[in-house]
Amino acid sequence: MIVYGVALLAFCYLVGIYLGGLLGNLLGVDANVGGVGIAMLLLIGLAAWSPVKVQLEPITATGITFWSAMYIPIVIAMAAKQNVLGALSGGWMALLAGTLAVVASFLMIPVLARFGRHDHD
Amino acid sequence: MIETLVATIEANALIAAFVYVGLILGISNWCARKITHGRIHGSAIAIVVGLLLAYIGGIVTGGTKGLADIAVFSGMAVLGGAMFRDFAIVATAFGAELSALKETGWVGAFSVVLGVVLSFVVGVLVAIGFGYSDPISLTTIGAGAATYIVGPVTGTALGASSDVVALSVAAGLTKSILVMVGTPLVAGRIGLDNPHAAMIYGGLMGTTSGVAAGLAATDPKLVPYGAMTATFYTGMGCLLAPSVLYFAVAWLLG
Repeated sequence: MIVYGVALLAFCYLVGIYLGGLLGNLLGVDANVGGVGIAMLLLIGLAAWSPVKVQLEPITATGITFWSAMYIPIVIAMAAKQNVLGALSGGWMALLAGTLAVVASFLMIPVLARFGRHDHD
Repeated sequence: MIETLVATIEANALIAAFVYVGLILGISNWCARKITHGRIHGSAIAIVVGLLLAYIGGIVTGGTKGLADIAVFSGMAVLGGAMFRDFAIVATAFGAELSALKETGWVGAFSVVLGVVLSFVVGVLVAIGFGYSDPISLTTIGAGAATYIVGPVTGTALGASSDVVALSVAAGLTKSILVMVGTPLVAGRIGLDNPHAAMIYGGLMGTTSGVAAGLAATDPKLVPYGAMTATFYTGMGCLLAPSVLYFAVAWLLG
């Protein structure tokens, strides 16, 4: 049944967000710390766990892959609800701070990527 | 007749949003094929179209939710909200390679810390360049350069003035939008074509919406890896900015 896949996904999502909230409280931070990441690890782990794996027939997996495929449409909707005007009306300082932060971060990617690989060889 | 149509759309806002997004993607994919001959991803065009519509929505209504502030488009805020976004991100993990996640290991964790500190320092330096000198304002603007959530959380914790908090949000929004638009353009040059680089990218950029859209427009297969590290960024920023980073700024300024 497709709904089993959706239910499994929803269960992982809720547990992850909940644990991320608890972790935030524990650290005294007003934010969810890694909730989505925890949910993802839980989904990967549960889907590979043998009792569940037997249950994950192709039709059940469709309940998860459907939402995975809906990812891009959801991101388009997310783009359409961004406060673009707010970003542009912040003046030159905000534009410059945001832009330079992105440029600096982009430049660090090849450096760190090489670093990690080298360490692994 | 028009009134009934508007009432129908407003009462079924989320369903209407499915139609709008389908139209945007359909037109964008057509343009990608016919005009750019496949050189630019259809989803990259759709994201830019979405941002343009958001800008128009902001001008028309003066609100903060882009196109979704116009009543007939309000469903976009639900479909594009954090709940559906995070739900879909978790779904993309189905089929992700656990071994690729493990391989990145500590470099992935380090990229999150480095990402927060790097953006923070850049933000603080820009703020100094624009004449700010008190540690609270500098820290708040630096935190905003991390993400538009870390900025106001830090500003509130330190008691920054509301115009400085607004500036920090604007800096964070600029970063987020630039990551959405810029990622597919620079992906080839910075080697963003494998799970390992995607995890480092997620950790360095940190803005969940930016990373989500940036990878969607580059290669959707990389989404779970980038999202995995990005999900720790805002929490890390909220942890570091009002504490260690604030003390460092205050200490450096004497």
